[in-house]
Amino acid sequence: MTRIALAIALLCGFILVWQGIASLDTVDDLTLASPVETWDALREDWSLLMDNARVTLVEVVLGLALSVMAGVLFAVAMHLVRPLRDAAYPLLVGSQAIPIVVLAPLFILAFGYGIGPKLAIVALICFFPITVNLLDGLRSAPPELLKLMRSMGASRLRTLRSVELPSALPSLFSGLKIAATVSVIGAVFAEWAGADEGLGRLVLLGNNQLQTPRVYAGIVILTLMAVGLFALTALAERIAVPWNRKDALQ
Amino acid sequence: MTTETEAPVTESLSFRKVTRRFGALTALAGIDLSLRADAVTAVVGPSGCGKSTLLELVAGLQEPDEGEIVRRPAAYMPQRDLLLPWRDALGNAALALECQGVPRGEARRRAVPLFERFGLAEFERVRPAELSGGMRQRVAFLRTLLQGRPVLLLDEPFGALDAITRADLREWLAGALAEDPRTVLLVTHDVEEAVFLADRIVVLSPRPGRVVADFEVDLPRPRSVTAPAFTELKARALEALR
Repeated sequence: MTRIALAIALLCGFILVWQGIASLDTVDDLTLASPVETWDALREDWSLLMDNARVTLVEVVLGLALSVMAGVLFAVAMHLVRPLRDAAYPLLVGSQAIPIVVLAPLFILAFGYGIGPKLAIVALICFFPITVNLLDGLRSAPPELLKLMRSMGASRLRTLRSVELPSALPSLFSGLKIAATVSVIGAVFAEWAGADEGLGRLVLLGNNQLQTPRVYAGIVILTLMAVGLFALTALAERIAVPWNRKDALQ
Repeated sequence: MTTETEAPVTESLSFRKVTRRFGALTALAGIDLSLRADAVTAVVGPSGCGKSTLLELVAGLQEPDEGEIVRRPAAYMPQRDLLLPWRDALGNAALALECQGVPRGEARRRAVPLFERFGLAEFERVRPAELSGGMRQRVAFLRTLLQGRPVLLLDEPFGALDAITRADLREWLAGALAEDPRTVLLVTHDVEEAVFLADRIVVLSPRPGRVVADFEVDLPRPRSVTAPAFTELKARALEALR
């Protein structure tokens, strides 16, 4: 309870400081909208913001889902086949080093304004944290336990299912939490590269048209989206990994 | 030359001039040992004398560099209980059967009678985190029994427990083995444990491990650690360890 109260107090403090700075005479209204102006913009443009937020949320959720599927597939395959792991690891790291900002317009050019390229970009940005964390998690099972499984005559798949995958769940969720937060940034990049709807596009337009409060309102919603996804992931973790972390195998 | 033979039913588990090296280090040097069926053989020795290597050789987790091992199907119980925190006690024991391809539900059903027989029925649904060290070790032992193999390989099964729990579990294990005799190879550095549980004690030398003493424990059961014959045997084993 105190934790929640502290978080709320800090948030209030942040908003107060923000309001204070925005009210200074030396600060241009076009660069910084105050919380009050942002709130007004949220109320005025509510339906416009929500329509576009829905578009972005769909891109984010589908992109994440795509990324989870690909990430789990890749991580398990790389874990099971050692040569594949050695060969594919540099590519995996490379996937995170790709400058999405540069890549996004090329995707749009190649695949058009539809949802496809957006999903691809969100999935690409989320792929690395999911895959790397799961890969590490799969290797976290204690060697003695793997030895015991072998002595009991367990097949490779049995060990994967009964031991390695469950022990990898906490790591997978760590990766998912990172992915959940960066996925929103991925969707915004994708929309900036070319889109006719979505919150990222709305924020970009607002910026060009000097509608600063609307830009801030969009940012607030995007942030809430990322925080919400993070919280949902944390909740899913509590349900899927009920055993105490302190009691984990180490 | 390394050869491995699946033994006919009549032949017991045995080592013939078995040597095992790890790089320049010789863990076991020319071990000759033949186990009596349905008896407990305890192997005692100082740390690092290759006791665990001996068990892993029998379990097929390692291969000898020289010599021959006549193996019998064996169930291996490591020092740490290694229970899966996401499975309850019954599920952890049932894992032994699942590894042999038995479906989960069926495996759990087949584990139930064992829990009842060993007085663990009320702990079936409890997760390892809520079990005491002694209870966890009992569940690990049931997992070993459930593999249904004639030989049990116990690697310091009580090594991680406190003295009181240890004495308690020792008696429990003696009772379990009296009821369901198996060929047991028990590795321990605790001489008292060996004299309490075993029918025969084999003493290994410091690395490289060789057999330096081999004697029968001819005491009536249940054994009392304070009986003169018990302390005398214990002293003999300790003397051999020097």
